[in-house]
Amino acid sequence: MQDLNASSNTYSDGVIRQFSIMAVVWGVVGMLMGVIIAAQLVWPELNLGLPWTSFGRLRPLHTNAVIFAFGGCTLFATSYYVVQRTCQTKLFMPKLATFTFWAWQLVIVSAAISLPLGFTQGKEYAELEWPIDLLIAVTWICYAIVFFGTVGIRKVKHIYVANWFFGAFIITVALLHIVNSAAMPAGFMKSYSAYAGVQDAMVQWWYGHNAVGFFLTAGFLGIMYYFVPKQAGRPVYSYSLSIVHFWALIFTYMWAGPHHLHYTALPDWTQSLGMAFSLVLLAPSWGGMINGIMTMSGAWHKLRTDPILRFLIVSLSFYGMSTFEGPMMAIKTVNSLSHYTDWTVGHVHSGALGWVGLVSMGAIYYMIPRLFGQKQMYSIKAIELHFWLATIGIVLYIAALWISGVMEGLMWRAINADGTLTYTFVESVKAKTPYYITRMVGGLLYLSGMSIMLWNVIKTATSGKAAINAIPAVTAHA
Amino acid sequence: MDINSLRILTTVLSFVVFIGIMVWVWQRRNTSDFKDAANLPFKDE
Repeated sequence: MQDLNASSNTYSDGVIRQFSIMAVVWGVVGMLMGVIIAAQLVWPELNLGLPWTSFGRLRPLHTNAVIFAFGGCTLFATSYYVVQRTCQTKLFMPKLATFTFWAWQLVIVSAAISLPLGFTQGKEYAELEWPIDLLIAVTWICYAIVFFGTVGIRKVKHIYVANWFFGAFIITVALLHIVNSAAMPAGFMKSYSAYAGVQDAMVQWWYGHNAVGFFLTAGFLGIMYYFVPKQAGRPVYSYSLSIVHFWALIFTYMWAGPHHLHYTALPDWTQSLGMAFSLVLLAPSWGGMINGIMTMSGAWHKLRTDPILRFLIVSLSFYGMSTFEGPMMAIKTVNSLSHYTDWTVGHVHSGALGWVGLVSMGAIYYMIPRLFGQKQMYSIKAIELHFWLATIGIVLYIAALWISGVMEGLMWRAINADGTLTYTFVESVKAKTPYYITRMVGGLLYLSGMSIMLWNVIKTATSGKAAINAIPAVTAHA
Repeated sequence: MDINSLRILTTVLSFVVFIGIMVWVWQRRNTSDFKDAANLPFKDE
């Protein structure tokens, strides 16, 4: 059919351009906040003696910025990109998709203002107060309408596996956010949790761990299942394994939260259940990692010349590493050493910087030239440099916190023959200084890589122009 | 029904469904469908 209206035969890429650019911008901002608070841990005076710049307020600003601003914008961009291209249709209700962009930016800006001012619900990764929570819920429901609507109007029979992961991420995050943020408002920007005591703690870590499992894992696995095959130029190693990977993850992740509450007031059986399911999680995690890496089979030589592919594949290595470390740390005896130490922080960052960060950067490097009508990024050398800065930064960061975490755990539990503690708490703090400096340097390297990426993205965008990408004519499908 | 029986039933049913998915996935007659599905990202080139 000859269509005179060109826009009806092209992908809705405008909103993807907006989200991709903002992902990179918020990435730089969020990582800068991380470096600032890492420096504050070495030199506490850097909090300037002001309440607004104190560690307790900037830390949630850092986590919210990197997870929900950088990670969130990346997920919006990639899911809108992938769902259109694997369903061979434009977005369902593109105006609503544009609304999700502006609403999400408003959420981010509200967070950036309200957190330094000290407004918080006091729940980790769910700090934002109730009016912002409501805006998040509305935005998320609109996101679900756009995404599932697009799947609904698909021109192909099958729903590609990446869309299953994105879909699970969207549904689960809606559920987690609405349940965990349930609160009784006590005025504007003040509220009390709907739950009390240990139930409140369990709801919080049911949310917290599934935020890791669905926001930071399922969504990014959706990215992996599209961008790794595309960049490697070959289909995923085993499609059957990807289906089992998906369902195994869905059936097990929900149960793992109690491992955040080992040796607390939480009933012992719940702790053991959380530990058992955390151990089971190793299987689907490694199944997925192997599936991604084996996609390279027969195309390994591409890693030598293609820095984007290197981002994607090294991210999978970090995914494998942190999903081995996680179940191990969920074992109660290991947890008795690791909990409350820097080891936990190191573990989270091997997942966040290594897996989530690198896979996002790889996907954005893939999309940007295609969104701006360019053959490739403005500078391939700069991608190469970014890759090495990021990788060395991660290794410095996590190695430093392994040492400092295990060290402080051992210092806290050391006792003299007469039963008194060998070390005071402040001695363990003092002993960590060299590792805190190393971690700050690692973070600084990672941030500098991200800043180079921002420059490269701006250069690519300004030397190109908004591309109009046609939806291919639908070929016959059985 | 006792709430605990319901919980047990849900858990066991979930497990059975998961085993069912595994059996379905690795049936020989599905392989060509999955091959088509795996190639979906390349359909727009």
